[in-house]
Amino acid sequence: MPQWQGQLIKIDDYRWEIPRSYKQGMRVPGLIYADEAMLKSIQEEQTLEQVANVAFLPGIVKSSFAMPDIHWGYGFPIGGVAAMSVKDGVVSPGGVGYDINCGVRLLRTNLSEAEVRPKINQLLNELFASIPSGLGSERKTKVSRKDMNELMIEGAKWSVGHGFGTEDDLDVTEEGGCMEGADPSKVSDRAIKRGMPQIGTLGSGNHFIEIQVVKEIFNHHIANIMGINELGQVLVLIHTGSRGFGHQICTDHLRVMGEAVLKYGIKLPDRQLACTPIESKEGKDYLAAMACAANYAWCNRQYIAHWVRETFSKVFGRHYTELGMQQIYDVAHNIAKIEEHVVDGRKLKVCVHRKGATRAFPPNHKDVPQKYKEVGQPVLIPGDMGRCSFIATGTQRAMEESFGSTCHGAGRVMSRGAAMRSLKGKDIAQELQSRGIIIKTGSISSLAEEASQAYKDITEVIDVVHQAGISRKIAMAVPIGVIKG
Amino acid sequence: MTGKNFEIINHTADVGIIAYGSDMRQLFSNAALALFSLITDHGSIIEKIRRDVQIISKDSDSLLVEWLNELIYLFDTEGVLFSRFDIKNLSNNKLIATCWGESFNPLKHKIRIEVKAATYHMLKINKDDSQYSVQIIFDV
Repeated sequence: MPQWQGQLIKIDDYRWEIPRSYKQGMRVPGLIYADEAMLKSIQEEQTLEQVANVAFLPGIVKSSFAMPDIHWGYGFPIGGVAAMSVKDGVVSPGGVGYDINCGVRLLRTNLSEAEVRPKINQLLNELFASIPSGLGSERKTKVSRKDMNELMIEGAKWSVGHGFGTEDDLDVTEEGGCMEGADPSKVSDRAIKRGMPQIGTLGSGNHFIEIQVVKEIFNHHIANIMGINELGQVLVLIHTGSRGFGHQICTDHLRVMGEAVLKYGIKLPDRQLACTPIESKEGKDYLAAMACAANYAWCNRQYIAHWVRETFSKVFGRHYTELGMQQIYDVAHNIAKIEEHVVDGRKLKVCVHRKGATRAFPPNHKDVPQKYKEVGQPVLIPGDMGRCSFIATGTQRAMEESFGSTCHGAGRVMSRGAAMRSLKGKDIAQELQSRGIIIKTGSISSLAEEASQAYKDITEVIDVVHQAGISRKIAMAVPIGVIKG
Repeated sequence: MTGKNFEIINHTADVGIIAYGSDMRQLFSNAALALFSLITDHGSIIEKIRRDVQIISKDSDSLLVEWLNELIYLFDTEGVLFSRFDIKNLSNNKLIATCWGESFNPLKHKIRIEVKAATYHMLKINKDDSQYSVQIIFDV
C-alpha cells in the first residue's frame, strides 16, 4: 500500500493537523493525537485520508479527530471522533460502526493473584462453559419477542430487573446502561431474528473476558475511589457488543442512507460514509434503532458480568458480594450521542460520533456518576491479550478539545491475514503460557489474528493521550487468563 | 482472464476479497463463494440444503452488497453454509438465485473468520476486455 503523502502541520509533540487546504471539500481540519514515531506508522496506510474524508460531512464542527490508536477502517477510520451540529449536521451509521456499543466493562475483586493463579485453569474452564462464545454462539435460555422489545428500551436495567446484577451496576455504566430514545418499531424483523438468540453471548473476533492483575498504580487516590487498592489485586474485563443485532441495524440503515444521500443532495468521497441530516426522518429513525442496539449491548454485558460473578462464586466457594466483585465502570466504544458542548465559546447541541473511541468526561460533569464526580469518568482501555490494559479518567481538556473523547484500545498495525501468515506455525497459546497468560478459545485461528504483534503497544497509545491531557492514567493491569470468542 | 475465481486481500482491521467473472452472474457467484471461503473451507460444504434468494436494489453495487449480506444473514440466523450459487436472473436492480449448502457442523466445518457484514467501502465493479472484477471489504 502506498504511504500517505498528505500535508501535516505539527501543533505540539502530541498534536498534528491536516489543514483544510489539503483537500477541497474539507469543512474542518483533521486533528491527530500521536507522537512522531507513531505518526510514521499511521502514515504507512491511507488512514489519514479517511480522517480527511470525514471532514467532508455536512455540519461537522471543530475538527475530524484521530486518536493515537487510529487505524484504517471502511469509510470512517477506527479511532475517530466527529461531532456534527444537530441543527444542520448529519448522522452516519458508518461513524458508529457495525458493532453498535461494542464496549468494555470492568469488575473489581478482593482476590489476589496468589489466590487466583492456582485456580486459573478451573476458572477459565467454568467461564468458558457458562458464557457462550465463538461463532454463532447462542445462549441456552432464550428471550421472547416481548422480552426483546422491553430490553431494547430498558438496556441493562432490564437484565438487572430480571435478577442479573444490581442497581449499583447501573450507576457505574455509561448512560446508566439505558439510552433514551430507543424505539423498537424502527428495528427490522431481520435484526430481531438475528439478535434474539445471541443475547447473553460473547461472540468472536476481538471479543474477550480477561482475568487481570493490577501491576501499576499511577494515582492511588483515584484508584482507591474505583476500588483498585493494591498491586496484585485481580480484576475482570469484559469486551463485547451488540452481536448480529447491531450489525443488522447498521446494514439496514446504511441501505436507507444510500437513498438519503441522493434525496438530500449530500456529496461524499466514499459511499461507506453514507449519512442523512440528524433532524430528517431517516436520521431520527437511525438514532432510535441505534439506541435499541446500544441498549441490547448493555443488556448483553450485564448478563455476562452476572455469569462471571456466579462463576467466581462457584470456583472460590464464596458469594460474589463477599469476593467484592463490584463493577468499576462500563463504557461504549462505538456510538453516536446527542450531547451539549462548547464550540467557539457558545453552547452547541452536537451529535458526537465515537467510532473506536471512548467518552472521557471530566470531574463534575452532570453525566459522571456521583461516585466519580470528584475525579472524572473512568475510561477503560484494553490492550491486546499479551500486553496490558489501562484504567484512566476523563479530563477538562478532553471536554474542551475532543468533545470529551479519548482512545479506545491499542489499534491494529497488522491485518488479520498478515498476522496469520507471519505467525503461522507459532503456538501463540504456548508462547503466552510461558509468560503466565492462559488462553482458552474456541478458535485457534483467531488467536493469531489477535496476537500482540498485530497491535500497537498500548503503553505508547496511553502515553500520548495522557501527555496530550485528554485523559489521565490511573492504573495498569496485565492478563493472567483470557477467554477469547 | 486470470483463471482465478477470487482472491483474498489484506485490510488492517478487516478482510477483503477480489472476485472475478466472465459475466456479472459469474462475478456475483464468485463473490459469494469468496465470502464462504473466508468463513470456512468451502470445499467442506456439501449441497444438502437449498435456499432461494431474491434481492431488489437500486444499482448493481448495492445489489452485490445486499446479496452478500443476505447470505451472511442466512448463515447467522439459520446456520446454513453455502458452496454453490445458481444466479438465475440478474439485472441492474434485481437478482434471483438458488443457493446450495448445508447446516454448520462444528465438528466438520472449521471456522476461519466470523464475517458480519459486506461494506460499500471502496466498492467498484470493474470491467475490462475479458472480465469483470470487484473488490469487497467485509466487517469481521
